Amino acid sequence: MIDKKWIGHSFPSFKVKVEEGQLQFFAKAVSENNPIYSDKEEAIKAGYQNIPIPPTFPFSLKLAQLKPFENYKDMGIDLRKILHAEQSFQYFMPVVAGEELTLEPAIIQIYEKKGGTLTFMTEVTSARNDKNLLVFKSSVTLVIRN
Amino acid sequence: MEKIIYEELKVGDQIPKLVKAPINRTTLALFAGASNDHNPIHIDLDYAKEAGFDDVFAQGMLVMAYLGQLITNWVPQKALRKFDTRFEAITNIGDELTCSGVITEKIEIGNEKCILLELSVENQEGERKISGSAIVAIV
Repeated sequence: MIDKKWIGHSFPSFKVKVEEGQLQFFAKAVSENNPIYSDKEEAIKAGYQNIPIPPTFPFSLKLAQLKPFENYKDMGIDLRKILHAEQSFQYFMPVVAGEELTLEPAIIQIYEKKGGTLTFMTEVTSARNDKNLLVFKSSVTLVIRN
Repeated sequence: MEKIIYEELKVGDQIPKLVKAPINRTTLALFAGASNDHNPIHIDLDYAKEAGFDDVFAQGMLVMAYLGQLITNWVPQKALRKFDTRFEAITNIGDELTCSGVITEKIEIGNEKCILLELSVENQEGERKISGSAIVAIV
């Protein structure tokens, strides 16, 4: 069980740099054949200023911290008990290598199912670029097996 | 990538499927590093067993990344407005995943001509791992 007091809680925002090398590693790890995701010149030819982040990479940017699961531990969540239930992204502007983003995570929903044996928690992370424009929102719903 | 003509798209059309190589332990280790998700449940067999699983299993986000490739193989990523998934079953070592998508609606959102896609990822036995949807703008 997670204390419902966390609903509506915003965690401190943090900055994250979009690293070209990390995007190239990601493209390799998912066997991406489209060269725009690993080659800057190809990305530029396709109309981007640099290598774009792929559609699910916002999730990885959220984890680009020294202790990415610390907030969950503070909430009393046992990491061995969590599974990823749902994931949603909204895209407002392209994000490319070299940018620095500010991420703002917040807990928006906590509820129980199956008589309290499962807890669902939704966290939404909003990202702004250096012009303070909203670039994406990433929403993760975790299920915790109590 | 072929130019997509909005008027030629029909509800019920399938977009080209994507078949990925079977998942192995190297895939999971590389993805853990590349995705910043260092949760040991996907890479450390001892940890996975302690947590009550028989083996390590794929990161849900690896499977969603494959589904993202299905979309960006069809339209440029700039067209993608929204991408949602629900993780329905665990993806195991050895699973060969097929990503597919079908057009369910043509709709104008704001001033944009958009397509709603229903998405799914299944293994070689037809077991669905992920269901999802996406909104893409055809520009």
